[in-house]
Amino acid sequence: MIQVLSGQLLIGLINGSFYALLSLGLAIIFGLLNVVNFAHGAQYMLGAFAAWMALHYWGVGYWWALILAPLAVGLFGLVFERLCLRRLQRLDPLYGLLLTFGLALVLEGLFQNAYGISGNSYPVPAALEGGTNLGFMYLPRYRAWVVLVSMTVCFTSWFVIEKTRLGAYLRAGTENPALLQAFGVNVPLMFSLTYGYGVALAAFAGVMAAPIYQVTPLMGSGVIMVVFAVVVIGGMGSIVGSIVTGLGLGLVEGLTKFLYPPASDVVVFVVMAIVLLLRPAGLFGRQR
Amino acid sequence: MARTNRNLAATAASTVAATAARTVVSTVALTAALISVSTVALAVCAAAPAAAQISDNVVKVGVLTDMTGAYSDLAGPGSVIAAQMAAEDFGGKVLGKPIVIISADHQNKADVASGVARKWFDEQQVDAIADLVSSSTALAVMPVAAEKKRITLLSGPGSTPIAGDKCTPYNVHYTYNTYAMAAGTGRAVVNQGGKTWFFITADYVFGKSLEADTSKVVLASGGKILGGVKAPFPTTDFSSYLLQAQGSGAQIIGLANAGADTINSIKQANEFGLTKKQNLAGLLVFLSDVHSLGLATAKGMYLTTAFYWDRDDASRKWSKRFFERQHKMPTMVQAGVYSELMHYFAAIKAAGTDDADKVMAKMREMPVNDFFAKNGRIGADGLHRHDMYLAQVKSPEQSKYPWDYYKIIRTIPAAEAFEAPDPACPLVKK
Repeated sequence: MIQVLSGQLLIGLINGSFYALLSLGLAIIFGLLNVVNFAHGAQYMLGAFAAWMALHYWGVGYWWALILAPLAVGLFGLVFERLCLRRLQRLDPLYGLLLTFGLALVLEGLFQNAYGISGNSYPVPAALEGGTNLGFMYLPRYRAWVVLVSMTVCFTSWFVIEKTRLGAYLRAGTENPALLQAFGVNVPLMFSLTYGYGVALAAFAGVMAAPIYQVTPLMGSGVIMVVFAVVVIGGMGSIVGSIVTGLGLGLVEGLTKFLYPPASDVVVFVVMAIVLLLRPAGLFGRQR
Repeated sequence: MARTNRNLAATAASTVAATAARTVVSTVALTAALISVSTVALAVCAAAPAAAQISDNVVKVGVLTDMTGAYSDLAGPGSVIAAQMAAEDFGGKVLGKPIVIISADHQNKADVASGVARKWFDEQQVDAIADLVSSSTALAVMPVAAEKKRITLLSGPGSTPIAGDKCTPYNVHYTYNTYAMAAGTGRAVVNQGGKTWFFITADYVFGKSLEADTSKVVLASGGKILGGVKAPFPTTDFSSYLLQAQGSGAQIIGLANAGADTINSIKQANEFGLTKKQNLAGLLVFLSDVHSLGLATAKGMYLTTAFYWDRDDASRKWSKRFFERQHKMPTMVQAGVYSELMHYFAAIKAAGTDDADKVMAKMREMPVNDFFAKNGRIGADGLHRHDMYLAQVKSPEQSKYPWDYYKIIRTIPAAEAFEAPDPACPLVKK
């Protein structure tokens, strides 16, 4: 029993680190730009597809893809912010949500048209094949790598935003962009770069996911709802909130899959409902 | 903040409405179809009674399938193309009246499917609905069709109750059912020494039916069921369930799921090293799944199929024509749609009418003999009993050309592949 339980908890942690990675990007974008980035799932899918295309068409392997795919997709995000999203800056956040949601539908539609629903297989990189027997479960080496990398990226992002001068600018921009600009900081550029970084994080998660899940056009639409729930529970825009909640919900979901599988689809949303009832701003959110 | 959250919920709800069923109409014999019901046509009909037997002067078939969701590769647009090929190959006309194929997306939702079916029957003079992949949509549409005396020609769904206690007089269950899959793969695996089983089951009608049927065959062949877990549909991460399967110590992990779920569970079973000590039995694996998994991951797996494109000259010939249009080889569901419609048109021709009762009688009376089935027979319960094939997925080294995926191990004769008529169906004579 204990053995099985520890296995399930470890798997919960692995899934949780994916949630943390994805919700981190969302939280950063919402915190600074006040944009509810509904295209996050599609951008995650783009990252996975970019890795697959790189391997399939040009023979570029996993390790390069881990750097190049987020760069390419992040650049796409940057251009999208400059050309489209910026025009909605002064409007209600709902408009940004609709625009990004529309972008997600278009991207998913295009890829579905080109690659079909079943998608493609991406192999596990040779160096990370195989796994270790921990006694209570068999841990694939790749999954251990996922946890390690996600934690590193999450911690670094948190550190930069909370503890450095650049982070201080970002946080000031969240509070009062006009004042920050008056001090001579190029706020519009900062906004573009932040959106680009958030999108690149999504694409990075996509590359990380490619060897585990089938690379399909709709791979993002399933995960995006859960990730939004994570961000709402953690407190919209809270960096620490999104990381901690991501990991926590991964664990809760893992346990549910073991104790009562039929509820594993809804447990995240039940938690969300309870948290919103008790703390409308989320666990780590500040009441505005 | 609260407003943003509320807006999120509102937008999520509106997406359902935004992607509501789109109906695509394609006309096979366009000019002929333009001749609507006019006084002239009525006069002609009065003079020639044979022609008057086609209601509304058109034989209209609606292909209701999953155009964009989890099953859109194994059925979906390919099913629509197969239906159009059938209409064209029959000459675009039956008894001098045009054949029209229309299609719609049911999104795997029972309520959407029955809604579209009602609209088609009431407003668009649809005579028959084909495919209906995903059992829950088929079970929702069948009673509607029976009530309106229209025919359902199922190719995609697999639940056995379709020809059991849920049977209707106007239904044909054409391509396969879960029992045929279970009997073929389950028996073969047990006979080769896979005695203990654990199931990972998709938590809805089809998955449960597949698990129940396989359990029956496994137990009857001397195997043992050690346990199972029901995974919500759809699931992307199977690691929790695979871990439970691993813990059970069963020799065989039966995958009672389909489409993307099967693909992800096979892929992750490899990753978690399950395939070293335990074996997978894919209980419903389609050609499209093997194609997207790749032979390196899928090799060696046993599966049962109603149709394989490379089986003989006739199947190759038709499949290559299909390939020219779809750029993919047909799955058994898509080939089934073509074959069932050819049979349906032939039955209309033989009956001299599109009256549902008479056409159903003819469809049951006439054997099916084409590239899809030899001496296939449709029973009183609506189940089409025909030979099935046990196949094994080739390894990358064994595969000589594109789409060379299966080795046919044995032909399972119809009597062994399908169960005897279920007395739970009121149409079966006791």
